[in-house]
Amino acid sequence: MFYREAGDFKTTYRDDGQTFPIRLDRWGYYVILAAAFLVVPIYIDAYWANAVLVPFLIYAIAALGLNVLTGYAGQVSLGTGGFMAVGAYAVYKLMTSFPEVSIVIHILLAGGITAAVGVLFGLPSLRIKGFYLAVATLAAQFFLVWLFNKVPWFYNYSASGQITAPTRRVFGYAVTGPTTSAPAKYLICLCFLFVLAWAVRNLTRGTLGRKWMAIRDMDIAAEIIGVNPLTAKLSAFAVSSFLIGIAGALLFAVYLGAADANEAFGINKSFLVLFMIIIGGLGSIFGSFAGAAFLVLLPVLLKNILVGSFGWPTNLAAHIELMIVGALIVFFLIVEPHGLARLWQLTKEKLRLWPFPH
Amino acid sequence: MDQLFFAAEVFLNGLMAGVMYSLVALGFVLIFKASGVFNYAQGVLALFAALTLVGIQQGQVPFAHLINAMFGTNLHHFGWTVPSILAIALTAGIMVLLAFLIEKLVLQHLVGQEPIILFMATIGLAYFLEGMGDVMWGADIKTLDVGLPQGISDTVETMTADWLGYGFFLDRLDIWATMIAALLVAALVAFAQYTKQGRAMRAVADDHQAALSVGISLRFIWVMVWSIAGFVALVAGIMWGTKSGVQFSLSLIALKALPVLMLGGFTSIPGAIVGGLIIGVGEKLFEFWIGPLVGGATENWFAYVLALVFLVFRPQGLFGERIIERV
Repeated sequence: MFYREAGDFKTTYRDDGQTFPIRLDRWGYYVILAAAFLVVPIYIDAYWANAVLVPFLIYAIAALGLNVLTGYAGQVSLGTGGFMAVGAYAVYKLMTSFPEVSIVIHILLAGGITAAVGVLFGLPSLRIKGFYLAVATLAAQFFLVWLFNKVPWFYNYSASGQITAPTRRVFGYAVTGPTTSAPAKYLICLCFLFVLAWAVRNLTRGTLGRKWMAIRDMDIAAEIIGVNPLTAKLSAFAVSSFLIGIAGALLFAVYLGAADANEAFGINKSFLVLFMIIIGGLGSIFGSFAGAAFLVLLPVLLKNILVGSFGWPTNLAAHIELMIVGALIVFFLIVEPHGLARLWQLTKEKLRLWPFPH
Repeated sequence: MDQLFFAAEVFLNGLMAGVMYSLVALGFVLIFKASGVFNYAQGVLALFAALTLVGIQQGQVPFAHLINAMFGTNLHHFGWTVPSILAIALTAGIMVLLAFLIEKLVLQHLVGQEPIILFMATIGLAYFLEGMGDVMWGADIKTLDVGLPQGISDTVETMTADWLGYGFFLDRLDIWATMIAALLVAALVAFAQYTKQGRAMRAVADDHQAALSVGISLRFIWVMVWSIAGFVALVAGIMWGTKSGVQFSLSLIALKALPVLMLGGFTSIPGAIVGGLIIGVGEKLFEFWIGPLVGGATENWFAYVLALVFLVFRPQGLFGERIIERV
């Protein structure tokens, strides 16, 4: 009844092409933004920040990154964990080598370094396609993690082989290190997510995004109509790795505080992020958010139900979680290969007609 | 001279490790040929088979932890042990049942989807089976013993010491595994070439629709192929489980089988064997010569990097069919 475009007149192409063409959507978006920036930081406590919100924001960045590569450009990658490790170790080296420079610049630089590494590992994608490429990206995953474990320079020769984030401040508030408050953690991740999501949304509807999608739909045909596969594929790898690198840097510096390449950035991370975009929706910005929220919330929910309410042992709950995640992946692929994003779209279509379907 | 003997020993051990990789890769190739599904879950199938085998052998109560948690009971074992042969037969039966269920619940609904969707579905399947294996039989590391000989082979050592003046250390289990793998491959090739079902399987591999039109039941062939793959997984699970215990890392071996396949080509049974041997020998020799210079543990990534470099030059693998793309 309220959700429709009647009376919402557009007089320019600019109006017509905007991200939220329906007024209610646009207002909803502004309200959510305002709440996220102004209301949540006041009420957030350590549990909500650490268990739900901060991981959600960070994984949403990673999922956005992988979605650029897999969802928009069609190059399946299983190397996400390795690229996140690059971001984490880059930010660590930068933080400890140049303590006087702002952490925000460090995180952006870490993204840049990861982008360079991503382009390097993306080069074979010009020859290798489909799941051959998926397996080839495993090389990045295993080689990078091994490298960070074996070369002591990367972890500053620390005895434990771990990297630990020192305290760094933005506007006088600590955002990394043990004294960080929950709102500070939340806000720095939110700022990065907001800017990056905005950038990706605009990239994907410009020339570059259309090139990516042309390559995804059929690369030979795209080449014939004049899309250069070299620049299209490598730019997808670069943008994707940039985002994933930032996600890795934030995961280590803001969320974990201390990390070990094997544990924090193993092959399971790669699969986790891949699942996020499958469940959320390939080739959709909203899907990246939905998938990240779903897979961050699901374990928390299951843990609360199984361990909290039923009193089952934690490891049993973890195994049941594996079963549920696996079954959900299969279920989604069978029922709705386009993920939660598609379900949301269908709901909106229904809402436009409700309550008078004819 | 000693260095050379060391290298030869490493080479032989690499060959035997390669046989193990080939064993897992074989399961992949079978399924890929017959149904075009790139089955990521093959390694988890091996883990699941090994877990089930140990569980049956030791008379564990399935889902004991879940039942205990739900009803507050304290069940663990039935209190009997099952002889190895019977346990293996029972496990094989369970793998067939599993193949049937996978076809019925997953594959049937995904006919005609893109290969990459099917691949991701098998990743989901892998997670599900991994969770189920742990819920059914518990996640602790188990030892598997079906009576295969283990330890360093004395005969080989004394024989080579007599002939060459240098005793080669070879694990008896590896020697057995090599023989069993060779038998299995021979049996599979014979099955595919000379039996009615094998011929039907090859027909399906060539062309689904043509096979369907001459009256071959796709569903039966798929269940059969997944059963065979489950059986191969069982054999691989027994070998790896005896060698290094039944634990989660078993399913990572499946990941190693992926570069093996890339190297050999997805559609070729000999390719899987040759690829496995190349990877096995390659990573052992690389670790032996280059490993000490760069800090060791290169086995983690060598196979993938080798496959990556190799694919850049020959995208279809050693024995794969040439990839032809059309608009």
